[in-house]
Amino acid sequence: MSSPLLTVSGVSKRFGGVQALSDVALHISAGQIHGLIGPNGAGKTTFFNVITGLVPSDQGRFELAGSPYKPSAVHKVAQAGIARTFQNIRLFADMSALDNVRVGRHVRTKVGWWQALLRTKAFTHEEGTITRDAQALLDFVGLSGKAHQAAHTLSYGDQRRLEIARALATEPKLLALDEPAAGMNATEKLQLRELIERIRAQGKAVLLIEHDVKLVMGLCDQVTVLDQGKRIAHGLPADVQCDPGVITAYLGSCKPTH
Amino acid sequence: MNKNRLLPFLISAVALAVLPLLLQGVGEAWVRIVDTALLYILLALGLNIVVGFAGLLDLGYIAFYAVGAYLFALLGSPHLSENIPALAALFPQGLHTPIWLAIPLGAGVAALAGVLLGAPTLKLRGDYLAIVTLGFGEIIRVFMNNLDAPINITNGPKGINSIDAIHVGGMSLGEPWHVLGLTLPPVTLHYYLFLAVVVVAVVMCLRLHDSRLGRAWMAIREDEIAAKAMGLNTRNLKLLAFGLGASFGGVAGVLFASFQGFVSPESFSLQESVMVVAMVVLGGLGHIPGVILGAFLLAALPEVLRHVAGPLQAMTGGRLDAAILRQLLVALAMIGIMLLRPRGLWPSPRHEDRLMPDDTAGGRA
Repeated sequence: MSSPLLTVSGVSKRFGGVQALSDVALHISAGQIHGLIGPNGAGKTTFFNVITGLVPSDQGRFELAGSPYKPSAVHKVAQAGIARTFQNIRLFADMSALDNVRVGRHVRTKVGWWQALLRTKAFTHEEGTITRDAQALLDFVGLSGKAHQAAHTLSYGDQRRLEIARALATEPKLLALDEPAAGMNATEKLQLRELIERIRAQGKAVLLIEHDVKLVMGLCDQVTVLDQGKRIAHGLPADVQCDPGVITAYLGSCKPTH
Repeated sequence: MNKNRLLPFLISAVALAVLPLLLQGVGEAWVRIVDTALLYILLALGLNIVVGFAGLLDLGYIAFYAVGAYLFALLGSPHLSENIPALAALFPQGLHTPIWLAIPLGAGVAALAGVLLGAPTLKLRGDYLAIVTLGFGEIIRVFMNNLDAPINITNGPKGINSIDAIHVGGMSLGEPWHVLGLTLPPVTLHYYLFLAVVVVAVVMCLRLHDSRLGRAWMAIREDEIAAKAMGLNTRNLKLLAFGLGASFGGVAGVLFASFQGFVSPESFSLQESVMVVAMVVLGGLGHIPGVILGAFLLAALPEVLRHVAGPLQAMTGGRLDAAILRQLLVALAMIGIMLLRPRGLWPSPRHEDRLMPDDTAGGRA
């Protein structure tokens, strides 16, 4: 129904004696919210780090919007159009909320240092655009009034939202969120859900790692389930929810395994 | 510039212009102290780009000062043509590089050295980076110390002398000028030149700070992995910080060489590197007014203490050596400042100091 945005297949990664990922595949369509779930230690974050270039994979084929990309360097992945947030928030703590988002604009702007030194017209113009864009993104995530607060003084939920705004500033085709609802209360989760839906409405795809099953099932168009480094199920949330393999992975089986 | 900032600006401009004229009445040595302080301010501003903006602890920064100083020493003294006959034949008058050429050249060569020394350290952070840069700084000094054989390039530990004074518009800064009935000795003339260079440097730093590049450096300083995830090419950005920072050191070196008329390796010891780092940290890492204050205090303090140490030495019957006392007092001052003002004497204003009044979600402990 919609064109494939991210196609990843055959991803394997070994850490010493641990096979963290074996032959994992993932397909994300444009404009969809894709959930990646699995029990603790299933390899979700490793897979996430492989896709975003933070951890090199042993094997794997990667294609973004029809052209192959090599997640060999983190910054190139962001340039290619995948932006991410972190499970343990990694904002630029001492910088203001606005500056955090303005850093996100860096990759889509280009005025050089000599133009900054000479304060050329191009520089002044681009700075204005950067600030306007960043402010618009802060408005979008609901942080309008907090532009000049240092990132580390924001509340937990606000920090999560600021991380999303910063990631959106890189104009990603795919926004990858690593446990965005972790540590949020019920109200904040509701706001987050509404925010992710608005991001989808803009035509961006979202990859969501999340423990909160209710959030994933209610929000995602497609779900992929990992267990012990393997993909054990994928499809519509309702189908995955009833998959016996998934239930076993989460709850364990009552029979001895050998 | 708006009106309520114009007046303080004008007052400080006049004060800075009159300062050496007042000081030279007391004694030219005082103007010389201020001149040296201005050179240290230039060094501290350059190092602040590397340490304060980009967060890369560089303990070998003085190497770029040495590069600039030796560059001008070689291009502005008879040393090279005395030792290399081919060069003497080419330039029968000797090498006399004018300052307008020497400053960009010093900046350029030092920047190149900065990039070359920065490149192998890109993957290092914190303590490891500090150790490696410390080693690089020493390597440059040892080179200067030993490059007197087989071809005598740096004249080794004896150093290079008879370096040209700076000429501005055909007039030498090495001779007193007589302007409007005032006699301006060389130290005062150099003061104005150094002040002009420092003002340019301050403007450059402020503009870099408030730009796309400055924000990118600060992002690297705050969290390198997150910065990469935002698409920042941290390798190029770090090299740019090393290069631009080093260029300030190179310019300071050129000015130093012509001001002293003499350079030798002992001016570029590890102690000097540590001193410049101390200026940046003491004043307020990354905050330009703080860095200037720190550089001025640490450069001027030893000279002031020299005058205090004399009587103390006399009181203790010479057991308290002036040099040791100065080191002791500087150390005590640093410990005191670090205990009482851990973010430096004049740190950048923190964002939470200006919380919005309607904010309710301010303090996540």
